[in-house]
Amino acid sequence: MVSRREMVEKVKKLMDKTERIRNIGIVAHIDHGKTTLTDNLLAGAGMISEDLAGKMLFMDYDEEEQERGITINAANVSMVHEYNGEDYLINLIDTPGHVDFGGDVTRAMRAVDGSVVVIDAVEGVMPQTETVLRQSLKENVKPLFFVNKVDRLINELKIDKKDMQKRLAKVIEEGNDLIKEINRDKYESGWRVNPTDGSVAFGSALYNWAISVTTMDETGVGFNEVYDYCKSGKMKELAERSPLHEVVFDMVIEHLPNPLEAQKIRLPAIWHGDMESEAARSMIECDRTGPVALMVTKILPDPHAGEVATGRLFSGTLKRGMEFNISGINRRNRVQQVGVYMGPDRIEVEEIPAGNIVALTGLKDAIVGSTVSNIEDVVPFEEIKHVSEPVVTVAVEAKNMKDLPKLIEVLRRISKEDPTIQVEINEESGEHLVSGMGELHLEVTAHKIEKEKKVPIITSEPIVVYREGVLSKAGPTEGVSPNRHNRFYIEVEPLQEPIIELLKSGSFSMRLPEIERRNLLMDAGFDKGGAKAVVDEYRSNLFLNMTKGIQYLPETMELILEGFKEVIRGGPLAKEPCQGIKVKLVDVKLHEDTIHRGPAQVIPAARNAIYAAILMAKPVLLEPIQKVFISAPKDYMGNVTRELQGRRGQISDIQTEGDVVVKGTAPVAEMFGFAGDIRSATEGRALWNTENVGFQALPQSLRADVVLGIRRRKGLKEKVPEPSDYI
Amino acid sequence: MLTFVGLGLYDEKDISLKGLCAVKNSDYVFAEFYTSRLMGIDIKGLEKFYGKDIHELKREDVEIHAEKIIEKAKRDDVCLLCGGDPMMATTHVDLRMRAEDAGVETKIIHGSSIQTAAIGICGLQNYKFGRSSTIARPYKDKVPETPYDVLKNNLKNNLHTLFFLDLSEDLSEAPMTIREGLEILLNIQERRREEILDIGIGIARAGSEDMEVKADFIEDLMEYNFGPPLHILIIPAKLHFMEAEALVKFARGPKEILER
Ligand SMILES: Nc1nc2c(ncn2[C@@H]2O[C@H](COP(=O)(O)OP(=O)(O)OP(=O)(O)O)[C@@H](O)[C@H]2O)c(=O)[nH]1
Ligand SMILES: [Mg+2]
Repeated sequence: MVSRREMVEKVKKLMDKTERIRNIGIVAHIDHGKTTLTDNLLAGAGMISEDLAGKMLFMDYDEEEQERGITINAANVSMVHEYNGEDYLINLIDTPGHVDFGGDVTRAMRAVDGSVVVIDAVEGVMPQTETVLRQSLKENVKPLFFVNKVDRLINELKIDKKDMQKRLAKVIEEGNDLIKEINRDKYESGWRVNPTDGSVAFGSALYNWAISVTTMDETGVGFNEVYDYCKSGKMKELAERSPLHEVVFDMVIEHLPNPLEAQKIRLPAIWHGDMESEAARSMIECDRTGPVALMVTKILPDPHAGEVATGRLFSGTLKRGMEFNISGINRRNRVQQVGVYMGPDRIEVEEIPAGNIVALTGLKDAIVGSTVSNIEDVVPFEEIKHVSEPVVTVAVEAKNMKDLPKLIEVLRRISKEDPTIQVEINEESGEHLVSGMGELHLEVTAHKIEKEKKVPIITSEPIVVYREGVLSKAGPTEGVSPNRHNRFYIEVEPLQEPIIELLKSGSFSMRLPEIERRNLLMDAGFDKGGAKAVVDEYRSNLFLNMTKGIQYLPETMELILEGFKEVIRGGPLAKEPCQGIKVKLVDVKLHEDTIHRGPAQVIPAARNAIYAAILMAKPVLLEPIQKVFISAPKDYMGNVTRELQGRRGQISDIQTEGDVVVKGTAPVAEMFGFAGDIRSATEGRALWNTENVGFQALPQSLRADVVLGIRRRKGLKEKVPEPSDYI
Repeated sequence: MLTFVGLGLYDEKDISLKGLCAVKNSDYVFAEFYTSRLMGIDIKGLEKFYGKDIHELKREDVEIHAEKIIEKAKRDDVCLLCGGDPMMATTHVDLRMRAEDAGVETKIIHGSSIQTAAIGICGLQNYKFGRSSTIARPYKDKVPETPYDVLKNNLKNNLHTLFFLDLSEDLSEAPMTIREGLEILLNIQERRREEILDIGIGIARAGSEDMEVKADFIEDLMEYNFGPPLHILIIPAKLHFMEAEALVKFARGPKEILER
């Protein structure tokens, strides 16, 4: 093992050599072995001692992570690997597999250029495998496969040599099918993985060995040898002849792009500014002499430095003391420390050039997703949109009244660190409503507040987050400003399903060039006139300006949109967010003078017209739905299906080869406590997981009660408002 | 009966004699100072001088709860006091219409308006004014550009422009100064790469003893200290020779303008 000092020197040298950098993310379905892989890669590269790796899950050092045996926080690490006589710097992010923490995967994908998709050879391609592939491809991040736990095929499933190869081939095929389905162009242009060219490796992260077609010649270890070593219990020897880290890193260096190559490909997916500008040129070329452009992908508290912002530097060189604009904030922030990762630690450096994953302190106003730059008025990087939205809420209260200010501060910090957490205040009761991706997400967050941030709290039972939508057209309604000098005419109607999907996918953005934007909408079924009229998109709702040539409207539009957004954040039924609504401005009458059509006049008028129109358009409450996947020994089939059906669940598929595998969907509201129930129904023998798949209208029979329940909880008047309350 | 009484420009003594009689003889007195403010006196001072209790109305009281005023006027003789000349504020026209609709008789007692006063103070000619406009403060960084467009249009037609400056509703925020207003116009001009601003006239505290008026080139006007509010800004178009002379005499304008 080289000394720490030597290693630091190596890392510092390599971060300057852009062609020798690989930024990669390790992604997979839960428990497929990402952290075990990361640990052993770190050990193999001499960054941590081998006894620490693997079984202890060194990377899951957090107390919560250790206790639950899963990864919660994406972790940045860096290591050096020698390939063909040259040193390379590998910046690696180990991501969590549990769906509740999927936001971390999405964010990590922004920082990296390539991904290693770990697939459990026994379980094969699973729902989250698809999700992480989608996340990777959406960011134009090239995927490779690592088929893990091959030892289990041999030692636990006891399959023979031929079946082993067949089975592995099938895993690859299924994975490739997904790539093809998600992005055909990329698949056909070389992003299909291929065992024969070495863009797939097979191995055992736990027992520290791997093979790929490329390494077979060199090491003389092929599938036959693997089989025999495993069978005879000599995996230690196997690990010596064909070590995990060599095989995986060789594959990464050979098949994944360096930042110079990658940024060309990635920029169009993550930035929608003027491609002819200096900023664009510098990012495409990964130019270290250009202006600074950095995207923050992770913020972690640090006992010494306050907060550490980690992100990807796409252009320019960072130095201590530089001052930057933070997107969306009117203040500049000064960088205090500039650092890179070495192993799991941060080391301070004088300066660091484009292409690296960097760690900074001093960016007080940055949040995850901020663009940090010294270009005036730079177009920020595209928002990192996570595929699913918060579906569960708990109310949080400080145990001791005196802790309230501290609690507010802690919640503010937490939503800075984790944008998939949403915090709202119930104006009436003063409770803080914290929403997240699932029960576990909220449990972990509550734990963080208590343990890490040391504020004792009381949390309520979890409740689901609803959405408000409309079923029919309505309007025009007339919204009149308080001074009665301005009038706004609004119509609403439901957006079609393909449009909602497009908006949720995050590939639509108002920052796209207009033509591109229009085409996306038209491809999803919008008519041309409508597509042209879209002036804003907000949380899967659209605002259209159907008027023509109205004087003063351009400078008033911003205010109208503010009213629109207010409605979307809290609809008229139960102040839950709206989704899938098309709001059309069909006519406007404005006062001559600016002062009579200021914010205090326009915002409420537009808002009220929209509220009234929604109330007239058959408003409905939508509830979040989960895909559920359960596998259990055959004997429990009856119990498993009963568990699901008893929860307003719908079964879509039952497979009965080997274990019984049940797939279906169920409302999140019914899934609370599922963990315990399925455990007892199957005597702990079931494996299961869920995934959020969007929202569906709540059954008619439940609507009134649910709405009433939410209104009471939020301290709203019990009676749902009428259109006439707004106009 | 609802009588709108204009209080004029500056303090309690700008009211007309007719207005004073109406106030003294009324049953109930409202006042509203969000459309225009009297800088030289506060409510207490007015109450003392007019010998009446005065009930101040906030914006919502006029805009949203106007029926309360109207109800009162159905039974009693009610006066509504406001700065300037009442019907110069669109809101009062609206209130008057609502009152008439509710069968309440209305009446206007005029006061002097800054619109005419400002023109008079600097000696420009009433006939040569185009549309006036209010320069509003930016909201979330968005600057309303209407005032600039109004100015541009007026200049094209060779008409002067009178600018009111944002009186923010929130009384704790100071009213906009001439300098602030000019900065907003200059920023728009710069962004549009145009050059339409040349001479300006600033007027401060019209109607008071220490009224201030100054005409100058824009850059110099920016530096001029006009003192406390309220401020008014005029951007003249091409000047008639008598106007130029008046600006030099009454508004200490630069001599160069006489030569143009
Ligand atoms: N037999 C065998 N077990 C493995 C292998 N790799 C990982 N495991 C085991 O699989 C379990 C999950 O491993 P982790 O590394 O925590 O998986 P992960 O993908 O990081 O899990 P999350 O981060 O929670 O999604 C652990 O019990 C590991 O010991 C392998 O190659 N062979
Ligand atoms: Mg893990």
